Amino acid sequence: MPPREGTYGLLAEFDTPGDLVRAARQARLDGWRRLDCYTPYPVEEAAEAIGFHRNKVPLVTLVGGLMGLVAMFLLETWISVLAYPLNIGGRPTYSWPAFIVPAYEWTILFAGLSAAFGMLALNGLPALYHPLFNAPNFRDGATTDKFFLCLEALDPKFDLVETRAYLTSFQPVSVVEVAY
Amino acid sequence: MGTTDLKPKGHAIDPATGEYRVIAPGQTFRSITEKIAGIVLTPETPLGWLALFGVAGAGATMLLVAVTWLFLKGTGIWAVTQPVAWGFAIINFVWWIGIGHAGTLISAILLLFKQGWRNSINRFAEAMTIFAVVCAGMFPLIHVGRPWLAYWMLPVPLTMNVWPQFRSPLVWDVFAVSTYATISVVFWYIGMVPDFGTMRDRSQNKIAQYLYGLASLGWRGSVRHWMRYETASLLLAGLATPLVLSVHTVISFDFAVAVLPGWHTTIFPPYFVAGAIYSGFAMVLTLAIPLRKFYHLEALVTERHIDNMGKVLLATGFIVAYGYGMEIFMSWYSASHWEAFMMWNRMFGPMGWSYWVLVTCNLAIPLTTLWSRKLRTSIPFMFFISIVVNTGMWFERFVIVVTSLYRDFLPSSWGTYRATKWDYMTYVGTLGLFTALFLLFVRFLPMIPMSEIRMMLPGAKITAKTTAEAGD
Repeated sequence: MPPREGTYGLLAEFDTPGDLVRAARQARLDGWRRLDCYTPYPVEEAAEAIGFHRNKVPLVTLVGGLMGLVAMFLLETWISVLAYPLNIGGRPTYSWPAFIVPAYEWTILFAGLSAAFGMLALNGLPALYHPLFNAPNFRDGATTDKFFLCLEALDPKFDLVETRAYLTSFQPVSVVEVAY
Repeated sequence: MGTTDLKPKGHAIDPATGEYRVIAPGQTFRSITEKIAGIVLTPETPLGWLALFGVAGAGATMLLVAVTWLFLKGTGIWAVTQPVAWGFAIINFVWWIGIGHAGTLISAILLLFKQGWRNSINRFAEAMTIFAVVCAGMFPLIHVGRPWLAYWMLPVPLTMNVWPQFRSPLVWDVFAVSTYATISVVFWYIGMVPDFGTMRDRSQNKIAQYLYGLASLGWRGSVRHWMRYETASLLLAGLATPLVLSVHTVISFDFAVAVLPGWHTTIFPPYFVAGAIYSGFAMVLTLAIPLRKFYHLEALVTERHIDNMGKVLLATGFIVAYGYGMEIFMSWYSASHWEAFMMWNRMFGPMGWSYWVLVTCNLAIPLTTLWSRKLRTSIPFMFFISIVVNTGMWFERFVIVVTSLYRDFLPSSWGTYRATKWDYMTYVGTLGLFTALFLLFVRFLPMIPMSEIRMMLPGAKITAKTTAEAGD
């Protein structure tokens, strides 16, 4: 993303998860769509409040796992039948029951790596820079004990003055403007 | 219940449940964050840490010496020969990887079962897994004789056009253990990412901020990220659970697929898995008890944890006991002369003492005493039990490997096994390496998952007002 000028959004700080969830739910009801909550631990209610119900991590994991399964089984079959057939105690070269174990391990390997890296990719991480870290109170609180609601400037309803007044109506600890 | 007379400190009991508390009262989001992050972020390294690291480092250095000499001279410096061709290397491999399994059990299976008490101990149990797998994975590599050719085990296109033989459990082992190591590292690292964010934000030191910042991948705690993160964690747990069962099953196939009396039995997979969890929980206790004392973590690793781990030891100990009993039963019921002789020889032969060490350490001491809650919550006693079980489980592998091999079908080929000083140096060296890695972990990484502890605090409850609104 090219560097931008101006305001990323307005950030309201709350002391408790309950206050955050109430504010987020109301903002969503009032038509806000470009908004996000920041919490020091997973708050499922906050995700529900901003309308984030489902994610694609399970699908990515399933596809990854199936790829691992198929890749290993085909590799074993190709090696044992075509590339390097060996007579082991007279067993058939295509001894599929014996191939299950490595194929099973690779299913788990690929599924696990897909879950981990898929989650990071869907989250847009790693991200070396994010405007929120410019907010003076964000770094002390967001990963320790504070709860934040950010209404973003990309939302068509955003207006620096009106949105600040709107956020203040939720009685947050503070409302700060976040610059890019 | 009579719980109060067990422990004079009444605050250790949760009045709501009558159980020992998982977290001591009076903790807030900030207090636990400062407590856990403070252990790592302090510029002063405790003297005790340095002293212990010196000892452990000396052990790791001894390992380096032993392995260097091994590479120069070959496996002839070990006691392995005919008929006992598998010695300390395989014993230690199985012992270490078994220890690792409890870490995965705590982090994965207990997560799926929603056992909240695991949150305090899962991070260092996972670290224990990884360092145990490091020690375990080394043994097959150095045991192959020419470790610089260990890559032949992988299905890679080589100029000589030789490929692995996929009907062998030894090849399955390569995939099981390498997958296990990879998934354990990924699970551990992903679990630490939000905590790295906390460390980055709490650190005062520029270099630490930079390094923790890189490790945190830019984590900022967006709830969308958290939800995907939680899904990925659950999926990883769901994947690690069958994985951990499969890994020790595959390891038991290394033995069970052979036709040797004492190895060729179908009880091996479940009995190996239970034994792995048994020894692993013992190792978690061995590590957790000094750690909570030394770093004053009694509020986070409470009597409840020690008590619960005691119960797991008791349960898995009985599964292991069933395995031993079934081995004895089958050696009679199979009506096989060789099986019966193997079992008699295992118990009363020249190396029979090792069987009785195993019975004492794995059955006689723990399975009689762990019934008592008073003993399960006695910290010195549980530390003692953890050492006893670790010893017993090492001897279990010794018994399986050595006493099955040293007197096989032909009396003319009978032999014995006496480990050399290089065997002992390698084994003790891995203990040093493991301890050194673990010490580095507690010094530089958050050893208790802060984000997961926060979820368990009373402050994390969404208040009633919100719940009422949620109805509409």
